[in-house]
Amino acid sequence: MDFLSYLINGLGLGSVYAIIALGYTMVYGIAKMLNFAHGDVIMIGAYVAFFSIGDLGLPVIPSVLLSMAVCTVLGVLIERLAYKPLRAASALSVLITAIGVSYFLQNAAQLLWSSSTKVFPTIVSAGGISWNGLTVSWLTLITIGTCIVVMICLTLFINHTKTGRAMRACSEDKGASVLMGINVNKMISITFAIGSGLAAIASVLLCAAYPSVYPTLGAMPGIKAFTAAVFGGIGSIPGAFLGGLLLGVIEIFAKAYISTQLSDAIVFAVLILVLLIKPTGLLGKRIREKV
Amino acid sequence: MSDKKKLPAFLSDKKYRGRLTSFSMVLIMYIVIEILMNTGNLSSLFTSLLVPVCCYIVAAIGLNLNVGISGELNLGQACFMSVGAFSAVCVSGSLASSVPDVPRLVISMIVGAILAAVFGILIGIPVLKLEGDYLAIVTLAFGQIVKSLITNMYLGIDEAGYHFSFVDNNVELIPGGKMLLNGPMGATGTQRISTFTAGVVLVVVALIIVYNLMFSRSGRAIMAARDNRIAAESVGIEIVRIKLLAFGISSCLAGAAGALYGLNYSTLIPAKFDFNTSILLLVYVVLGGLGNMNGTMIATIILVLLPELLRSMQDYRMLIYAIVLILIMLLTNNEMVKTWIQKAYLRLSTDRKGR
Repeated sequence: MDFLSYLINGLGLGSVYAIIALGYTMVYGIAKMLNFAHGDVIMIGAYVAFFSIGDLGLPVIPSVLLSMAVCTVLGVLIERLAYKPLRAASALSVLITAIGVSYFLQNAAQLLWSSSTKVFPTIVSAGGISWNGLTVSWLTLITIGTCIVVMICLTLFINHTKTGRAMRACSEDKGASVLMGINVNKMISITFAIGSGLAAIASVLLCAAYPSVYPTLGAMPGIKAFTAAVFGGIGSIPGAFLGGLLLGVIEIFAKAYISTQLSDAIVFAVLILVLLIKPTGLLGKRIREKV
Repeated sequence: MSDKKKLPAFLSDKKYRGRLTSFSMVLIMYIVIEILMNTGNLSSLFTSLLVPVCCYIVAAIGLNLNVGISGELNLGQACFMSVGAFSAVCVSGSLASSVPDVPRLVISMIVGAILAAVFGILIGIPVLKLEGDYLAIVTLAFGQIVKSLITNMYLGIDEAGYHFSFVDNNVELIPGGKMLLNGPMGATGTQRISTFTAGVVLVVVALIIVYNLMFSRSGRAIMAARDNRIAAESVGIEIVRIKLLAFGISSCLAGAAGALYGLNYSTLIPAKFDFNTSILLLVYVVLGGLGNMNGTMIATIILVLLPELLRSMQDYRMLIYAIVLILIMLLTNNEMVKTWIQKAYLRLSTDRKGR
């Protein structure tokens, strides 16, 4: 029974990673950049939800929506102001700019809301479903459920709408997409909007599980989710989903069976092993270079 | 072409000019700072920053070899500094009673550098078979692993020899013994034997190593592999082997820098060398210019001092730092600014030729 409950907890944590990883992987797929500021968008989302539930007294669902709206606008703004002027620049310049944006958001949050940790209110009641001695908390169920819903909606959107098709076209070949009359800049903005909106959902789920809000909150989940995206094959949406879930399960198992202190080391060691065996991640496509 | 004849050979050749600028820059700075220090004109804040600046310069030069010359993005340079720092602290701690300060510093730095290089090569063998962003993420992963391993190490020394334990602290020492590594608390009670002179010597050694590598046969092979992997392979360059050479030297320099850094503070925690430090080093390299060692040095000095200079702004200083970082990236990649700089440069060089 222990094994099953660890597995389900792992899937719960993994679902959060998966939702964050979607943001990384979509942006990488279309803009070919590692968006280091994504973790800090999560942090902003958490603060917005915190103030909206705590100070404005809004119920949970409107708070999540408000947080999503703020993060979406923030994501698009960041893209417009910081990344768009660098479309033609080298990947490293964009990376450093993303790091700059990340510092900016962290320090702005520290100035606005101080560096002290705030306690996130309880939004999901404690109990859960018990079955044969196995208890699954409501929060875990909600988290896994949200992740599945997000995944289905996103897959439908990417595969069956005109915008989704245009986004896929952009990530495959920007030049050809322009010739087909696709507005590439708009597609990139939409990608950032979706990724940041998802980050807001993830932030609320994350804070419901670990109820503390502070300016560097997004850093570690950001790195983990980024790892998850690479794990599954960066640029691949099912890959991010799979990578996120696996990472969560491995982390919980490592904590439960091996050592709490070494869980991070184990997670990253598994990542390295996977990449050595399959250099483009689990579901990544291998593109052969032609001479 | 005519102006080349007037200059002596070592000035006209591009490869010597870069070196000359670097070494004279280091020398002039060293003399100026020594004079300022001895006349008491340097604030204690700046004096305390001298050794760290040298350490960051050396680690950044190493990283530039990796990112600029070899063309591989490395997001884990700080972990090699960490290996160097903690091994040096252990060596220095065990030799504290028997060896005087200066040889002890040298021995510790050499041990730190060698251990970091061995570590770099061990990591490099699997890592360098990967390409692009996957390589970057694996270096990031190794950085995290090294950090959490060192955070869980306990090492003590007493009359009976060394005592080591991992994850849980089981080290029990005879009275008079000393803890060298103390898990998450890191190294405490280290004797501070690093000096600014040692830092400058290290910078000079690092520059000599990197310049000699850059303009050697291996260096040209490394750059060929960076510019076109397939073409380089087809002329018989062993990609993994030469990239490993660059990676090893880079981690060796980071190890030496870390050793100097570790011996400059009485307490050092493993969390000091985390992902943020790796990123900071990368920022120095990119702002200074890929493959340009002088640029790296200047960028490191400015960016280490900038937050201190902005201290009067108090809470806003890191915010300003971030904005400056973004603006520099936006401006240096702006077409208008680029053409303006090019024009100015052209005007300058035609002026010189006209004379």
